[in-house]
Amino acid sequence: MNTASTHEHAAGSQTLMIEGAGCASCVGKIEGALKSVPGVDSAEMNFADRSVLVTGRVDAASLIAAVENAGYGATASEAGSDEDAMAEKEEADKAYYGRLMLNMKMALGLGLPLMVYSLFGGAMTVTTGAEQLAWLAVGVLTLGVMVFSGKHFYVGAWQSFKNHSANMDTLIALGTGTAWVYSMVVVLLPAFLPEMARHVYFEATAMIIGLINLGLALELKARGRTSEAIKRLIGLRPKTARVVLGDRERDIPIERVMSGDVVRVRPGEKIPVDGQVVDGQSTVDESMLTGEPMPVQKRAGDEVVAGTINKSGTVLFRATRVGKDTALARIIQMVKQAQNSKPPIGRLADVIAGVFVPTVMIIAVVSALIWLNFGPEPTLAFAIVSATTVLIIACPCALGLATPMSVMVGVGKAAEAGVLIRNGQALQTASKLTAMILDKTGTITLGAPKVTDIVLVSRLGEDEVLQMAASLESGSEHPLAMAITESAAERGLQAEKVEEFNAVAGHGVQGKVGGKALLFGNEKLMKDRGIDYARYLGAAKRLAEEAKTPMFFAVDGFLAAVIAVADPVKEDSLAAIRRLQKANIRVVMLTGDNHATAKAVAAKVGIREFFAEVLPEHKAEKVAELQAQGELVGMTGDGINDAPALAMADVGFAIGTGTDVAIESADVTLMRGSLHGLADAIAVSKATLRNIKQNLFGAFIYNVAGIPIAAGVLYPFFGILLSPVIAGAAMAFSSLTVVSNANRLRLFKAQEH
Amino acid sequence: MMLIVNIAGVALIALIIWWFWLYRPAEVEAGAGQLVIVVENGSYQPAHIKLAANQPAQLHFLRKDPSPCAEMVLIPGLDISENLPLDKTTRISLPAMQAGEYDFHCQMQMYRGTLKVE
Repeated sequence: MNTASTHEHAAGSQTLMIEGAGCASCVGKIEGALKSVPGVDSAEMNFADRSVLVTGRVDAASLIAAVENAGYGATASEAGSDEDAMAEKEEADKAYYGRLMLNMKMALGLGLPLMVYSLFGGAMTVTTGAEQLAWLAVGVLTLGVMVFSGKHFYVGAWQSFKNHSANMDTLIALGTGTAWVYSMVVVLLPAFLPEMARHVYFEATAMIIGLINLGLALELKARGRTSEAIKRLIGLRPKTARVVLGDRERDIPIERVMSGDVVRVRPGEKIPVDGQVVDGQSTVDESMLTGEPMPVQKRAGDEVVAGTINKSGTVLFRATRVGKDTALARIIQMVKQAQNSKPPIGRLADVIAGVFVPTVMIIAVVSALIWLNFGPEPTLAFAIVSATTVLIIACPCALGLATPMSVMVGVGKAAEAGVLIRNGQALQTASKLTAMILDKTGTITLGAPKVTDIVLVSRLGEDEVLQMAASLESGSEHPLAMAITESAAERGLQAEKVEEFNAVAGHGVQGKVGGKALLFGNEKLMKDRGIDYARYLGAAKRLAEEAKTPMFFAVDGFLAAVIAVADPVKEDSLAAIRRLQKANIRVVMLTGDNHATAKAVAAKVGIREFFAEVLPEHKAEKVAELQAQGELVGMTGDGINDAPALAMADVGFAIGTGTDVAIESADVTLMRGSLHGLADAIAVSKATLRNIKQNLFGAFIYNVAGIPIAAGVLYPFFGILLSPVIAGAAMAFSSLTVVSNANRLRLFKAQEH
Repeated sequence: MMLIVNIAGVALIALIIWWFWLYRPAEVEAGAGQLVIVVENGSYQPAHIKLAANQPAQLHFLRKDPSPCAEMVLIPGLDISENLPLDKTTRISLPAMQAGEYDFHCQMQMYRGTLKVE
């Protein structure tokens, strides 16, 4: 338990992790126990993750005691532990690296001189008594190396053997062990072996142990780099926050900031927790989270998120989310989760890795038998060499590492560009998409429509029309409704009370304001209600062709005005859509707008295909329609009213605004509003999949070619038999190659701004 | 002589197949008390764990193995992956599970174990 979280908190909230709660009925008991603690205002348990959120003026220790009295266990949730964990991991890795390097030096210290001796024609055989003694000494030294530098292989092999499983340790232990045991037999009991077979392989044992330790050490270094992205995210969180307490201000550790606290951030400082600005204004650089290079204006009422940098002014904000609840913490959690998930492409490698080691052992035995039966003299020596080499060259690690290493780097790289990929499946499918449906509002356009034209039809003036329309729309949350109410507010028009309000989904709204029956919506709504609008179709069409959305407004059964609303296209939509099209993706726009408006907007951004007049509930059907044509369909929307379509699509992309990561249903979350994020997501996933394929191909080829060569298939034709030392070197560097290739992904550049 | 050698070789192969693939090791019951799975020397101890179906459970992993291979444990069937800090116990909460076998393993599948839910 960390000490910071046991301090007494001013009124605030804290999270406890509960242990031993096995059934839903425990929830009431635990909550009851906590609520009975003096000072607790509320206690809410989340059964799914076994956490309780407690609010009130109380210290963690008495809460834990209360839970324990009720018969369960509890610990204070450690908010700041990510950094500590990261630092500890680095420390542990460093120590392990040192140990591996020492192992390597000891083993090569013995192996290299022996190998040089044999390369320069030194006799590796036992013929005289003096040789016997000398080699016995070397054999004992080799045993020392095996114990000192290779102990982990042998202990690991034995442990997994007892568990009826086998791993890389098994192969190394068997290979080096066989070579050593055979050599010792040669030294101690030469008479039992034919003279030609009295060859010792101590140098192989020592060299292999040295090389594999070296390979492991280098791999450890390379692996560290694969988690750079997550390290960078974790490093974004500042350690302290300046909290305003009455008329004093104090720097306190970040773990102790409670939601509700008021925090001051000065220019150049990082925002410590999520919150809402209460005073001051500034610009905030959110690029580290969203990938959006332009700083964002913040003033009272705006949200700020932890990890972003306050640029120009001082702001005071009220903390709304702290600890594990901040957007940053959730992003870190999501990236971690995704980094550890595997795309389906890795499944075959997984299946193979699962049966790999015993299979290799069988191959080694078969190979030895073939040499013994059909090989040239000395058959025993050849059999031992080939079996040892097969065991050593086989590398399950390269196979097993191929996918996860690339996913780790790829998902991290995506996160740097403000793209959160939920899992490996989404990553793989995104790389293969053939079609992309883009919702118009909020995706291609800013999603902030404005009233552009009011064509008056009756005696009513602009203000009257707008005032009535705004009153009618005041209850609606549709983006077009917002445009009307905002426009009315700008003109200082007061909305009146609306009665009998009714939204006609996808068509418009109706209701009564000041005793007048109002109808506001599209052409279809007018037609259904028998309103005469024919004379103004021309005007509506002209507005639509200007990429504006015309809506008809009728009062007491007669058309009063045509109001046009336009939603400006995001400035980089055209360029981003080009990028998608260049990647051979069929881009289709989806909108509830009428055909003419849709056509005009599509033309503006270079889209040839579009679905117009689609009701929100029919969006998913359009996705299915493209899927029926054999397309692998991505769907991009704001995730609010298109959740079913996002779910229906092969990959759903939720386009966020800023750092809103609430859209957790989507396969991919784009934190930046720009469609470039979408193109980046596709590009990253393609690059990652390509990298995985390279790795898998390399690892397969390595094993498929390496094992038969080690077994000696080339010997009958070319007289080539691999030395176990070469096999050791190849094996040590095969997994390093995989990790290094995955690291190449770090060079991936998302977007040329 | 060669006959004996060949028979021994075939027997060895049969032994490998039986020991690693056919043999079903006994599971450790994770009933009462805290079950700690120690990650050490390239394996999980215990590696075969029996759990009751349809109720959530908890596993505790204590990693003593500094090898980077040991740093993560995955339970693909339950969509779980967790980092294991060195020399610390990490708790993994399992949801209520349907009867069946769920493998858990490291990233490279060299460390392996199974959860038998029944």
